[in-house]
Amino acid sequence: MNTDAGSVKLAIDHLSAYYGTVRGVEDVSLRIPPQQVTAIIGPSGCGKSTLIRCLNRLHETLPGARVEGQVLLDGENLYDLDPTLVRRRVGMVFQKPNPFATMSIYGNVSAPLRFNSRMPREEMDRIVVQSLKRAALWDEVRDRTDAPATSLSGGQQQRLCIARSLAADPEVLLMDEPCSALDPIATAKIEELIAQLKKDYTVVIVTHNMQQAARVADSTAFMYLGKLVEFGPTEQLFERPRERLTEAYITGRFG
Amino acid sequence: MDSDNPFPPPSSRRHRRAPKWADFTFLLLTGWGAVLVLALLVALFVGFYIGSQTAIHQLGFRFLTNTVWLAATDNPVLPGNVYGVEPVLVGTLLTSALALLLAIPLSMGAAIFLTQQAPLSIRGPVGQLIELLAAIPSVIYGFWGLIVLVPIMRANIEPALASGLYWTGWFSGTPTGLDVLTASVVLAVMVIPTITAISRDSMAAVPVSQKEAAISLGATDWEVTRNAVLPYARGGVFAGIILGLGRAMGETMAVTMVIGNPSYLTPYPTSLFSQYQTIASLLATRFAEYSSPLELSSLIEAGLVLLLITLAINVVARGVLSRFQRGRGVGRE
Amino acid sequence: MSLGLHTRRRLFSHTMTLLSGLAVVVILVPLVAVIYEAAVQGSSAFSWTFLTQRPPIACTPHLGVSCALGGVYTPFEGTLILVGLASLVAIPIGIGAAIFTVEYAKERRIARVISTTADVLSGLPSILAGVFVFSLMFQYDKPLVYSTIAGSLALSVLMIPIVVRTCEEALRTVPESVREAALALGIPRWKIATRIVLVAALPGVVTGAMLSVARAAGESAPILLTIGDGCFHPLEGVTQQGCALALWIFIGATNNAYQNWDRLAWGAALLLILIILAISLTSRFSLNRLVRRMKGGP
Repeated sequence: MNTDAGSVKLAIDHLSAYYGTVRGVEDVSLRIPPQQVTAIIGPSGCGKSTLIRCLNRLHETLPGARVEGQVLLDGENLYDLDPTLVRRRVGMVFQKPNPFATMSIYGNVSAPLRFNSRMPREEMDRIVVQSLKRAALWDEVRDRTDAPATSLSGGQQQRLCIARSLAADPEVLLMDEPCSALDPIATAKIEELIAQLKKDYTVVIVTHNMQQAARVADSTAFMYLGKLVEFGPTEQLFERPRERLTEAYITGRFG
Repeated sequence: MDSDNPFPPPSSRRHRRAPKWADFTFLLLTGWGAVLVLALLVALFVGFYIGSQTAIHQLGFRFLTNTVWLAATDNPVLPGNVYGVEPVLVGTLLTSALALLLAIPLSMGAAIFLTQQAPLSIRGPVGQLIELLAAIPSVIYGFWGLIVLVPIMRANIEPALASGLYWTGWFSGTPTGLDVLTASVVLAVMVIPTITAISRDSMAAVPVSQKEAAISLGATDWEVTRNAVLPYARGGVFAGIILGLGRAMGETMAVTMVIGNPSYLTPYPTSLFSQYQTIASLLATRFAEYSSPLELSSLIEAGLVLLLITLAINVVARGVLSRFQRGRGVGRE
Repeated sequence: MSLGLHTRRRLFSHTMTLLSGLAVVVILVPLVAVIYEAAVQGSSAFSWTFLTQRPPIACTPHLGVSCALGGVYTPFEGTLILVGLASLVAIPIGIGAAIFTVEYAKERRIARVISTTADVLSGLPSILAGVFVFSLMFQYDKPLVYSTIAGSLALSVLMIPIVVRTCEEALRTVPESVREAALALGIPRWKIATRIVLVAALPGVVTGAMLSVARAAGESAPILLTIGDGCFHPLEGVTQQGCALALWIFIGATNNAYQNWDRLAWGAALLLILIILAISLTSRFSLNRLVRRMKGGP
């Protein structure tokens, strides 16, 4: 693990997250490298979703929720900044695709542009097209961007959400089990997409599917009961895990 | 394919923020709306309490027990101004109770019919028609009551009741049509939509499994309703009835136009054919021509009594209703 | 023996079914009767002059003298102004309170307090709203005691709870995933509340607002106490005494010895029913059309 500051995009520092009195994440420290895909795996309830929601400060919006510790993005502590600004730099794609049902495809992708800035229509058009291209959706919708977002299939809706997040021009893209609600073909398309995305973005993906992590991720972190058990290059974690617990999980003895 | 990157370079990140005051101002604005709603309830109580002060000081508890409402100028016998809420309180309670007596069987019958027996196609439209009843302004009901119902009561219904039921002692006196009975009938009409709607919702929420269990035991339609549906829907129906009671007590215009409003009230109505008043009709008739600050204050105190009663009823009804809905997973309230 | 019992049970059940069906019929009788009466009597008063002339002085027709019918222009104008003012006050407050409850207070206790308060307020007898505003004006602003402003304030008191409850319900139908998605895009809270959630819930919100307007148009008790006696001359301003359709119906009904007032009152009743029906129907139609438009349809 390289702790050189230049090759760390997100530095998670002794992070703990609470729901009221219940602790979901316990003292996690993690260095996420830039322009790579980092996967977080672990059994249900291990805290991986909670952890990822601390990275875009979504966790604290729940009543009674609390966060301790720091998350440094390029050296700046996210918890010292305006949460709304943080969320523009750290985007998120959710498990269940959630396009704005009352808006069109164009409306969805342009939403962050329309609501967060004043942008002339031409500029918006270009960014929308580019985002849809980067999300590998452009070819399928190029002639019907005014169609309602709900007219797309599940997999397409998820790529729409990805395009929407990209339009906000983030530095980091968080993905919370983005393929769980999709069929295998749609899943494959998105995994292909992730491989492309990492050229421009830092991707952190939470997945309960170990094989997926093995396929897409450069580095993988394994969590259990709120704690970080092991973190390292994917190949190494899967083939030569250092911790007993990791090995047990990977070989399917639990979870 | 990234040859054309439309995104502005990192240095001019569009992540400059609209001033933070926008969020705060909006929170403040909506918060004020919420505050005003709460303040309204408080202000109501405070306003009525303050307005009643004169009467409370001068009349004290006698306000609750006095049986006349007369200014000194109208009253040669009793000394000073005497205002008492007892008769109109009785009037309010009596007319509301009678209205419920009439409304409950009809509402429940309709609710049962619409949720259990009626063909599916008519359930929606008929239900909406019944709700249309609630949309008609009460002053129009009063108008109709005055012009159409009162003559019918006077000429046909009341004499018939008098001849058949005089032995109960409640149907004495000459029927004029402008009386407690007519007022109760009009009130019943206005309260029926409320009770029907809530009862319908409660009965419709009974799980099919409950009915199937009864049916499989060989129960008739009515027995299914009585033994499976009604007990389950009991809480909701009860709440609906209480809400209807609250509405009946607060109803003003329709009652005022048909109840008679005599200038002198007996401590309680001697017959269903008596002209009488309710707190609401008292306020409607006397407020425009109060004779003294004391009478004004007494009127407000009467309003306070009505306020407390109806609000209490409402709180109880909604408490029962929400507990029923939470336990049963019912839809709209 | 058991066969006899079973037949009796079935007969009883059929009887009960009949009775409950009868109940529906009985309930609908007054509805039909009222609307019929209003339609028949009221339409005989309808004419161009009905809408454009003011209520006439009272007159009992007698030999050789026929009474001018006059019109309901003043009450009609009065209702528009009254309800318009009341809406201006009540609808923003109601929507604001609902947004605060759903978007900011969320699951905290204060949200339930506000909801329950609105619920309790919706049970307020309408005449007490009039008494309340009357004593308020009496204490603080004597000249306004009998005025259109006082009347519209009383109506707002009745409208606010309706707007709050219906709006709240509408906002709650917007799934949490929408707010989450918008938050994750870095959209500020207030924009989410207005430009995303409120827009998505707009049909329900509009319906709720229209419902409160229809209710206000029909209320007479609160304005009876607060609006004074301005039906017979042109409305001079909101600080002066005013008039309304619902009030005129009351005046005409209780003074029905004057023939022209009686017929005018029926005309006003029919007009009022039509107005309320129009409001209810358009709110329902606009609801459907809005929903279709926003889903990307025609």
